[in-house]
Amino acid sequence: MAGRYFGQPIRRNEDPALLTGQALFTDDVHLPGMVHVAFLRSDYAHARIRSIDVSRALERPGVIGVYTAEDLGDYWQPGPLLVPPPPVEDIIFHQRTQVPLAKGKVRHVGEPVVMVVAESRYIAEDALEDIFVDYEPLPPVVDIEKALEPDAPLVHEDLGTNLAARVVQRKGDYEAAKAKADVVISRRFYYDHGLAAAMENRGIVAHWDPKMQYMTIWDTTQAPVVIRNGLARMLGLSESQVRVIAPFIGGAFGPKIMMFYPEEVLIPWLSLKLKRPVKWIEDRRENFFATTHERYQVHYAEIALTRDGRILGVKDRFYHDTGAYDPYGLTVPINSQCTLLGPYDIPAYHSEMNVVFTNKTIVTPYRGAGRQHGVFVMERLLDIAAKELGIDRTEIRRRNFIPPDKFPYNNEVIYQDFVPLVYDSGNYEPALELAKKLIDYDRFLKEEQPRLRAEGKHVGLGIVAYVEGTGIGPYEGARVQVETTGKVNVATGVGTQGQSHFTSFAQIVAEQLDVDVRNIRVVTGDTAEFHWGTGTFASRGAVVAGNAIHAAAKKVREKVLQKASEEFGVPPEELELRNGYVYTQDGRSISLADLAVKANPLRGAVKPGTEPGLEATMYFGPERGATASGVHAMIVEVDPELMDVKIRKYVVVHDCGKVINPLVVEGQIHGGVAQGVGNSFYEEIVYNEDGQLLTASFMDYLLPTAMEVPPIEVGHVETPSPWNELGTKGAGEAGAIPTAAAFVQAVEDALADYDLEILEAPLSPNRLFELLKEAKQKKEG
Amino acid sequence: MKPPAFKYLAPTTVDEAVAYLAEYGYDAKPLAGGQSLIPTMNFRLAQPAVLVDLNRVQELSYIRPAEDGGVLIGAMTRHVQVERSDLVAQRLPLLHETVPFIAHPQIRNRGTYGGSISHADPAAELPAITVAHRGRVQLRSTRGSRWVPAEEFFLGLFTTALEPDEMVVEIALPALPPRTGWAFDEFSRRHGDFALVGVAAAVTLSAQGRVDEVRLVFMGVGDRPMTSAAAPAVLVGQEPSDEALEEAAQRAAQEDIDPFGDVHASAAFRRHLASVLAKRVLTRAVERAQAR
Amino acid sequence: MSELHTVRVTVNGTVYERQVEARMLLSDFIRHELGLTGTHVGCEHGVCGACTVLFDGEPVRSCLMFAVQADGHEIMTVEGLAPEGEMHPLQEAFHEAHALQCGFCTPGFLMTLKPFVETHPNPTDEEIRKAISGNLCRCTGYQHIIEAVKLAIKKIHHSDAA
Repeated sequence: MAGRYFGQPIRRNEDPALLTGQALFTDDVHLPGMVHVAFLRSDYAHARIRSIDVSRALERPGVIGVYTAEDLGDYWQPGPLLVPPPPVEDIIFHQRTQVPLAKGKVRHVGEPVVMVVAESRYIAEDALEDIFVDYEPLPPVVDIEKALEPDAPLVHEDLGTNLAARVVQRKGDYEAAKAKADVVISRRFYYDHGLAAAMENRGIVAHWDPKMQYMTIWDTTQAPVVIRNGLARMLGLSESQVRVIAPFIGGAFGPKIMMFYPEEVLIPWLSLKLKRPVKWIEDRRENFFATTHERYQVHYAEIALTRDGRILGVKDRFYHDTGAYDPYGLTVPINSQCTLLGPYDIPAYHSEMNVVFTNKTIVTPYRGAGRQHGVFVMERLLDIAAKELGIDRTEIRRRNFIPPDKFPYNNEVIYQDFVPLVYDSGNYEPALELAKKLIDYDRFLKEEQPRLRAEGKHVGLGIVAYVEGTGIGPYEGARVQVETTGKVNVATGVGTQGQSHFTSFAQIVAEQLDVDVRNIRVVTGDTAEFHWGTGTFASRGAVVAGNAIHAAAKKVREKVLQKASEEFGVPPEELELRNGYVYTQDGRSISLADLAVKANPLRGAVKPGTEPGLEATMYFGPERGATASGVHAMIVEVDPELMDVKIRKYVVVHDCGKVINPLVVEGQIHGGVAQGVGNSFYEEIVYNEDGQLLTASFMDYLLPTAMEVPPIEVGHVETPSPWNELGTKGAGEAGAIPTAAAFVQAVEDALADYDLEILEAPLSPNRLFELLKEAKQKKEG
Repeated sequence: MKPPAFKYLAPTTVDEAVAYLAEYGYDAKPLAGGQSLIPTMNFRLAQPAVLVDLNRVQELSYIRPAEDGGVLIGAMTRHVQVERSDLVAQRLPLLHETVPFIAHPQIRNRGTYGGSISHADPAAELPAITVAHRGRVQLRSTRGSRWVPAEEFFLGLFTTALEPDEMVVEIALPALPPRTGWAFDEFSRRHGDFALVGVAAAVTLSAQGRVDEVRLVFMGVGDRPMTSAAAPAVLVGQEPSDEALEEAAQRAAQEDIDPFGDVHASAAFRRHLASVLAKRVLTRAVERAQAR
Repeated sequence: MSELHTVRVTVNGTVYERQVEARMLLSDFIRHELGLTGTHVGCEHGVCGACTVLFDGEPVRSCLMFAVQADGHEIMTVEGLAPEGEMHPLQEAFHEAHALQCGFCTPGFLMTLKPFVETHPNPTDEEIRKAISGNLCRCTGYQHIIEAVKLAIKKIHHSDAA
């Protein structure tokens, strides 16, 4: 349904405020009498707290209060389980959620232990140095496989094990499939996914107004409605007494949907107690320890194939590091488990997931949210199979693609939304063909690569496919209203962190009401405007909120036409909505503004049951998600002396169904790829054996700059989702999902003469140095 | 990440500055460009009681021709001034080639030559270049001034010959001898990062094309800039053949450096990079010397 | 509280005078003392570039300077790029090329780029990438930013050709 507005590359409504420094971010909130918080955080990965002495801190001028877990009284409670475990038979799941301030024991470096509130952040940080905590260090749990050995130290002693969860999912009979196979390949894979490192750190400002008896909270959250409801309950207030605003947010990418962070629970409590506005802004160092990560998994995976490369089955046993607590349930490992199946028709699957507690920062979804771990394993298995069987790597993928006539396609495993993973639609071969064309696959392999190799250059190509389950439930809602000013108001409960919702949501409405997108004001993330919703996650904004807005806008359109029909005495189907006016066929017209005035009469009488205004609130709850897909390809050049890898060309062919704004989707893809590039060669979370994070600054955790991210060419394939009216699928995460798999394949290809098999990501120059040394020794030895 | 409190002094002359340093001794720290000191303070890894801000000492900001054909650089000269200096481009091509490798444009707008060498980060460019150029550093205190050869200025990790009451006021960099080629290269994880390894080379050829003199200085592979003894031992008096350069690079990387390992590179990888880069800069320096 | 120092500084053409502690970072001064919150703070250790402002016309990281050091100097922040209600060609170009998503890093990019676009009528892609290599963006992948830089240069230097 590409239209005048929907599907157009419209420039963004939110830009002027952002470009001129007028957009309000959380740290921009200044209130009279505001005080500032800093946290003393654990220096140990694992230690018992013997005692805490805060007396010197209390004496420091400018310090208002110092709080430990003991000072919180009954307010001290472990956080809620945000995502319950999925309904899989024989599941093991142990819930251990984070606490506001550590009590008795610290379980990861950076866990908050003491809260200081002072007249300024400078003084609050000074006071942290006055506090003495007497720790008894305990042996830390760092390695996820060793963590399950019988004599391993325990993160949660009362549990008697570090196993947080075990989930086995099956489709078909893998052992029977294996028995029929011509080839079985098994390998151990290691995949480390870094952290989000949004440019804006987290932050909260809470303002309890004792005279109004009203709490206003600015929070860098992706889920303001859920935060409001939870905090009202914890603080003993009515939901109507709490307003949570997620203002402009400087990137989120997943970790800002995690809740409740300890700070999120503490700052409003403190404001209520002090009767003053309280601000806490996370600094970059804290962000590395206190904002959730994603991290590594180890997979023992096996694939069974026929001689001609058809997949008969896949078996996988994997270990997932969830960190010290598991408030986000199993979302990340379930995504890994399910997404591993990819765009392929796999008759038999057996996957055992083991989730492990460690003395590290909590793991929750970060852009991709475990999907890339699965994609990496599957794509690497296919690469190895292709080599072993002598089949072209794109051909083996093509042979195994789910054919277009097999949709909806049931994978029979339970996905993160608790229902069997069924792909709504897909058409994978054209995407592969387009990617091959854009990367010039045949010519590169037949002419370019041999020519460059003859010149001594090490160039290689990587090409991989993936799917992404997006746009899952439960639901979102929206209210659309034509004001008496003629402007249109749209309110929805999701938060926004750069996804261009102020524009793309307006485009959906404009398509129905035919008003200038600039005259549509979208409000996201303010519970005073809309208080139903779950949040921005799982690439679902455009699908779930988008379809709710679409439904509401359609309803308002009906109301507009109905009202105009009454005005003109003409049936609605003979009216036309154009540029903010309703026209009759005989040339009469009325503006939406005037209609809105008429729809809200101040005197006189209306028909019984009439709703005032041109307004509608609608909800959309998809039964299942929409599955996006795509192919990434790249050409790299490796300097085998310096072990440096440069990406020379990057191609993305992407299918996210119907596109609301192609400019925005392109931006999402570029940004995703940049994060994928980081995850392939630059960004790495390194913990030492003591559980200390060694890469806790931007000097050591290497975000790619403009010098590292290559130009990206984007191709589109459009397979609309049949399961929502707009036909959209999510686009937010896809760019980041398959990059490392393609990168590793390309590096292997570039170094073909070394006969390298790379089973891990990310790589680094140092790691490549080691791998090449091993390969040389193997060759010589 | 807020810095701790300190006493702030902002002298406008060198005399005033050294008087403050004499008064506060170990408690005082000169603040030059601040591009290393201030982040360290923001992390509260450094907590100086007194900062003597040199940014208002205008007499320390200059680039002047020296009578010996070299260049004199005031300690508070910013990297960007060196980068844009025609005099430096003309007389000190090795320095000119190196400055763009220092961090990013914004950092080069603030960071100073004197600050960088006083900080003495072994992975920084200017200490290595100063040594490669056989530079000299002028130190001042209320007790007077003295010149220290660069090689004797850098004593260890973040450690220099500066006494607590002294500050760097000038750097003298002699021009390279005739028939000398130069090259600098480094390998860093990202553009502008501190290098894993960097190498500067200056090779002087005789009229007959044999090697008269070699300077090969490494950064990032020891506690200070590391000058190779092996490279001159292998090359002086020899034809600069590819094999000879290879041997010089290999031996230098084996004998003359003391690399450490960290999250970005093991000691072994740094040693490997040192040999690769040494070969590359020696080759380029010889080519340039031959072209002169 | 330690000793206070007087800072008299011209920001976006307006003279401000405040009493501050010597340790107050210039970034905090601009944001919290002067209320010019368009300058953002992303790392406070000089890597991300979000806090970049023009100091006497040159881009610097305001988290790596103390406010007292700005006494007597001139600063320009994103709020000063264009008169209220208008946009600098660079801002227009960012809008047209979709060179921002969350927009948090954007003021830092704009301030880094202002002198660059004004003094580079024909930069190569490599030069543009180097010019912004001290600014991190986590949303855009930089490609649209590079396109915006070219567009801005076209507006500034080649407007008759457009």
